[in-house]
Amino acid sequence: MEQPLTKNIRPGAEPLSLKEYERAGGYRAVRKALTSMAPQEIVKLVEESTLRGRGGAGFPTGLKWSMMSKVDDTSRPRYLIANTDEMEPGTFKDRLLLEGDPHQLLEGILIGAFAVQADIAYIFIRVEYSLPFERLKKAITEAYNNNYLGKNIFGSGYDLELRLHVSAGRYICGEETALLNSLEGKRPIPRAKPPYATTVGLWGKPTLINNAETFCSIPHIINNGADWFKRLSRSEGDGGTKIYGVSGKVKKPGFWELPMGTTLREIIEEHAGGMQEGFRLRGVIPGGASTDFLVEEHLNMKMDFESLQKAGSRMGTGTMIVLDDKTCPVGMVLNLEQFFARESCGWCTPCREGLPWIEKILRDIENGHGNPEDIDMLQEQTWLLGPGHTFCALAPGAMEPLESALRYFREDFEQHIREKRCPWR
Amino acid sequence: MLTEEEKKEIEAELKEYEQKNAVCIEAMKIVQRHRGWLSDEAIRDISEFLGMTPEELDSVATFYSLIFRKPVGKHVILVCDSVSCWVMGYDKILQHLKTRLAIELGETSAEGKFTLLPVACIGACDEAPAIIIDNKVYGNLDESKIDDILAQYK
Ligand SMILES: Cc1cc2nc3c(=O)[nH]c(=O)nc-3n(C[C@H](O)[C@H](O)[C@H](O)COP(=O)(O)O)c2cc1C
Ligand code: SF4
Ligand code: FES
Repeated sequence: MEQPLTKNIRPGAEPLSLKEYERAGGYRAVRKALTSMAPQEIVKLVEESTLRGRGGAGFPTGLKWSMMSKVDDTSRPRYLIANTDEMEPGTFKDRLLLEGDPHQLLEGILIGAFAVQADIAYIFIRVEYSLPFERLKKAITEAYNNNYLGKNIFGSGYDLELRLHVSAGRYICGEETALLNSLEGKRPIPRAKPPYATTVGLWGKPTLINNAETFCSIPHIINNGADWFKRLSRSEGDGGTKIYGVSGKVKKPGFWELPMGTTLREIIEEHAGGMQEGFRLRGVIPGGASTDFLVEEHLNMKMDFESLQKAGSRMGTGTMIVLDDKTCPVGMVLNLEQFFARESCGWCTPCREGLPWIEKILRDIENGHGNPEDIDMLQEQTWLLGPGHTFCALAPGAMEPLESALRYFREDFEQHIREKRCPWR
Repeated sequence: MLTEEEKKEIEAELKEYEQKNAVCIEAMKIVQRHRGWLSDEAIRDISEFLGMTPEELDSVATFYSLIFRKPVGKHVILVCDSVSCWVMGYDKILQHLKTRLAIELGETSAEGKFTLLPVACIGACDEAPAIIIDNKVYGNLDESKIDDILAQYK
């Protein structure tokens, strides 16, 4: 089984230096791209590869890049941003990539920047990621010293400046337009869309924003072609491998690079070793906190963007959290909504007011003070805070685990209210 | 007034951004490194240097959870309270920390040694429950591990 993204990653060990990375075949793709390919050709190849963005929404990467090619080329500087804010609860894949193989990310960024003719690139990293930061900083210095960044890279005449921006802790900064405000030193609330960042982005200039894992896939597409990339996947129209992760009461929590479209069952039972002794699986949040619960009957589904959408959930970040039979589903949803309520940026009323209210109702139910009407009230909130009714996707994301919990674990909510206590305590 | 050292460090950041006020987050972190936290005076010092109003800067400062507008202890303990850690025993870990340090979340221990703060998922979910002390991540925690870890901090 091919594992292009993680082949250089040795858990616990220092990542490859620039020289070692090159010896392992690194920086070959960017050399080829910059010296023998036209930017348009790269964009087309990425489109053909069917790579979809790994930041959670699954937007086709090639399509996003082609939007950059269509905007006025004289609007300069053009920017590229690698989103490595990674604060989605349950998600730890970008950390692995940054810590484990920082040069791979730099190579992906370089190719992407050349393809959209960016002048300046930023890596936006969360402040809590100290080790990934140190390793990235070192890799960037090595790349500059070798003239793999800076002026006239590989003698191609192409220049790129790369900057590392460290945030200061807030989930909303990962939302791409809040990220732009954050980078500009403004209070990081999201921006209205349209216009999209590819047209009006950082300081009003065209800006390409992709997730770190998305960029890490790029060198391999250049080296091996679009067909190879599609063949890595078990799903149609959704190429490549994916870094999946599992946390919760499984035998071996962790992460694995597997073909896109590997089933939930295979990931949980084979790779994560199944449930710990004495625990049964009751549900799974498949792709980070803002995705809908799935249950036993969904385990044979493929983990890819299309399949999970059909199952009424989302692939999100592909890192799942398992709910076991000895953990209270109401308590778990309360934990999730508390996170969203705290991290709401406060800009729009439904989210700012609704989330703390939802948190309060859930806390009442969990503590045995719930009323029978509460369930309908929560149900109504999932509509009030749903897609299209708030300024950004944070609130609708927060409604996904709630809405699905009300669907699959309704009896647990009712039992809390009926017995006036949490049955797990 | 910013010290010469603070000014020098902030100035070095200016070339990383197209506009001066974009440096504000880095500037606040620099001053916070020197002074431990950001007093009203510190906010005024930085805003003056960057040509912002103190109010403008404070609206950014108060947004971020790791810009401290109140004094913190010598070591800051960030306890992950997100979902994977919650499933894996966050409650017990937090309770133990609170008892050991005799403080609640958001407080600083008597001798000014530790401040206890919640943090959203720190990307160590496969080693949940997890915390960060200063810059270091500790995972797979239980009560006795926490005792060992705390003992390392003077
Ligand atoms: C509240 C919120 C938080 C987000 N956080 C992140 C994040 O930490 N990292 C990330 O790559 N994308 C995050 N996203 C998605 C980004 O807005 C954006 O879609 C993504 O970075 C685009 O990259 P991709 O096309 O490669 O997936 C977040 C979205 C929302 C609504
Ligand atoms: S939905 Fe929430 S996070 Fe998004 S803009 Fe509105 S208040 Fe801010
Ligand atoms: S939920 Fe605690 S580290 Fe991810």
